[in-house]
Amino acid sequence: MAQAEMTGDMMRTADGVPLKLALERALFRSRLRAVMLVAPLFFFLLITFVLPIFDMLFRSVENNIVADILPRTVVAIEAWDETSGELPGEAVFEAIVKDMADGKRDKTLGRVARRLNFEKSGMASLFRKSGRKAPKITEAPYREQLLKIDKRWSDIDLWKLIKREKGAFTKSHFLAAADMQYTPDGSIEMRPENRQIYTNLFGRTLWLSGLITVLCLLLAYPVAYLLATLPLRTSNLLMVLVLLPFWTSLLVRTTSWIALLQTQGVINDLLVGIGLIDDDSRLQMIHNQFGTVVAMTHILLPFMILPLYSVMKTIPPSYMRAARSLGATPFTAFVKIYMPNTVAGVGAGSILVFILAIGYYITPALVGGRTGSLISNFIASFISGSTQNWGLAAALGVMLLAIVLVLYFLYDKIVGINNMKLG
Amino acid sequence: MAEHVTGQVNTDHYVRFVDVQKSYDGETLVVKNLNLEIERGEFLTMLGPSGSGKTTCLMMLAGFEPATHGEIFLDENPINNVAPHKRDIGMVFQNYALFPHMTVAENLLFPLQVRGMNKSEQARRVKNALDMVELGAFGGRRPAQLSGGQQQRVAVARALVFDPKLVLMDEPLGALDKQLREQMQYEIKHIHEKLGVTVVYVTHDQSEALTMSNRIAVFNDGVVQQLAAPDALYEAPENAFVAQFIGENNTLSGKVSSVNGSTCTVDIEGGSTTALAVNIDGIGSATSMSLRPERVTVNPPNGQCPNLFDARVQELIYLGDHMRTRMSVCGNDEFIVKIPNAAGHVHLVPGANVKVGWQTEDCRALDSPS
Ligand SMILES: Nc1ncnc2c1ncn2[C@@H]1O[C@H](COP(=O)(O)OP(=O)(O)O)[C@@H](O)[C@H]1O
Ligand SMILES: [Mg+2]
Repeated sequence: MAQAEMTGDMMRTADGVPLKLALERALFRSRLRAVMLVAPLFFFLLITFVLPIFDMLFRSVENNIVADILPRTVVAIEAWDETSGELPGEAVFEAIVKDMADGKRDKTLGRVARRLNFEKSGMASLFRKSGRKAPKITEAPYREQLLKIDKRWSDIDLWKLIKREKGAFTKSHFLAAADMQYTPDGSIEMRPENRQIYTNLFGRTLWLSGLITVLCLLLAYPVAYLLATLPLRTSNLLMVLVLLPFWTSLLVRTTSWIALLQTQGVINDLLVGIGLIDDDSRLQMIHNQFGTVVAMTHILLPFMILPLYSVMKTIPPSYMRAARSLGATPFTAFVKIYMPNTVAGVGAGSILVFILAIGYYITPALVGGRTGSLISNFIASFISGSTQNWGLAAALGVMLLAIVLVLYFLYDKIVGINNMKLG
Repeated sequence: MAEHVTGQVNTDHYVRFVDVQKSYDGETLVVKNLNLEIERGEFLTMLGPSGSGKTTCLMMLAGFEPATHGEIFLDENPINNVAPHKRDIGMVFQNYALFPHMTVAENLLFPLQVRGMNKSEQARRVKNALDMVELGAFGGRRPAQLSGGQQQRVAVARALVFDPKLVLMDEPLGALDKQLREQMQYEIKHIHEKLGVTVVYVTHDQSEALTMSNRIAVFNDGVVQQLAAPDALYEAPENAFVAQFIGENNTLSGKVSSVNGSTCTVDIEGGSTTALAVNIDGIGSATSMSLRPERVTVNPPNGQCPNLFDARVQELIYLGDHMRTRMSVCGNDEFIVKIPNAAGHVHLVPGANVKVGWQTEDCRALDSPS
């Protein structure tokens, strides 16, 4: 072994290599090994987690459709003064006619129609109708001919809209996600009450997730306590029962709740059978909030039990005994001594269940119905199908992410993330 | 017994176990017919090997385990049916069981708060208790910020702060290193002497028991083998287990050949020896005799020892103040003799043949285990 000795200021090994350097060299191989071991997971997460998140952030503000499909128009409209109160000039109309003709030929016109329809209803039909006829307009006066095809082209708001959305980025998805909109003259206002969807939806998602978290906590606490205090053989059996749901498909568990709760389901049949309710007044327990809360509480329960259990397991039984010997009743001992020592588990379990609940999709989709569906169900509905709107889906997703991060931050401030104990 | 009226019995019997038995599984008795009386103000230690039922006895006294049979009295009141929090018994646990979410001062306040004591009295007592264990400046710290020895002292202070009738300690020093353990032994002993509180202490460490106790109850296999003061226990063990368990001991096995009042003669390999007849079944019975290593003389002057045997030195260990010598004596290869490092002591070498001798009253003829 090389012995360290002092030469001048720097510590050196016996053969004169600076100690720091020798240490670096010695550690290099083990560092390299560590890097190699995490590399596969790192790249996997990069591709399947980090990149999609950035993609989502980007899509929530991205706005290239108008500029891509109506390239001549966005250039020509630059010169138009939207505050003048007059329609754009002939050049802009020429540009849009040619853009529509190209769009028709390339079959891209539908995209811009859908994009603008999202801002202002009627735009889709206008573009579809005009796009069909635009290729026939080949010479001036473009404006006159286009107005003849559809006089909605004389609506100044329409041109303001095109000018507003010509840029590479847009706020409109976030405005929509926050139930706000542009007024025709370009300022921002809340949507009319009856068209506000998403704030209510976020509110409902937060409220139901909170309710589910509280229910999970109330149900899980006694079970975790038993798990942590029963003799090993009994508690092992109980643990198997707790883990059993993990071995069953999520879909199976959710659909079995349908079988139980539906109006012709097991519970209603039972209640009717014992005469507690009439056959024609069967309870509506599914496809509403009740269904979502019951099924999700059941499905998320293990995520509350396990962190609670792992914390309770570390509390020595002597704490309770000490409290009793010091004169505390069993109740006082439990509340003053046992419960404060489980805070880390309560925090970990609650934040886990809450964050899982806030983004839960499959269960509310199956049992939630109209009143029991959550924000993720709406996000999913915008990803495909006739209402496809990636921008809005992304904006809603970003807001969901922001809520989770804020909660996480608050949790860290209040409980301290290092105190969190999972499984 | 239960029908005794308070005035008629000796009230100094502060704690009494009467015919107490305990079984956890309904098949084996962990505590077998315990009868034990503890005086007021006494420091009584339950000493015994691991698994001998000491903790179980303490738990029954504290109220965390019910007695399967028998009655326990505290200050002449039967307490079998009194809940632990109403027994007014302070307890120090092996892992201290300090509440980690509370500061030291809050830990000490806890028993006072649950008793609804007034605020100024609470503050006064906490201060006194912390001063007593010399931790006056540490009231604001969390237990995790204290060293093991400091935590131990907080645990002691907490068990005493509410003036309990009785303090129980279950191997409280088990987690400390040797030096700290010895220091804490003295501190606890001094606190006991100063406050005069009755202490029941559990340990498996005999030197700890000898250092601290007024009396020691030696436990084995759920039975109290002997209850006596430390010196009596060491010098006058009443059975082979106690002789073997307390201090270093040489055992010689033999058969009683004659009994003569308080002494007897025992045939052993290589001759016969005279011994005190302490615990024998009569002539012809097997006995194991106990002989302390420091009571054996090497090459005694003629006529000084009634019992003289040939010995062969096997091993010498130099221990500073004395020389520990292992010899073969009467077929026992583990016979230990302590030769004090005094002026003019004998110099031995391994393999040497010597004579060893002892007095009749130093050799105690006891029961023969097995
Ligand atoms: N809670 C319990 N359940 C079942 N058996 C126990 C329990 N506590 C102790 N025992 C058994 O009782 C015997 C005595 O234990 P204990 O009183 O802890 O001994 P000690 O404190 O002297 O080491 C041991 O054999 C132990 O296994
Ligand atoms: Mg014990």
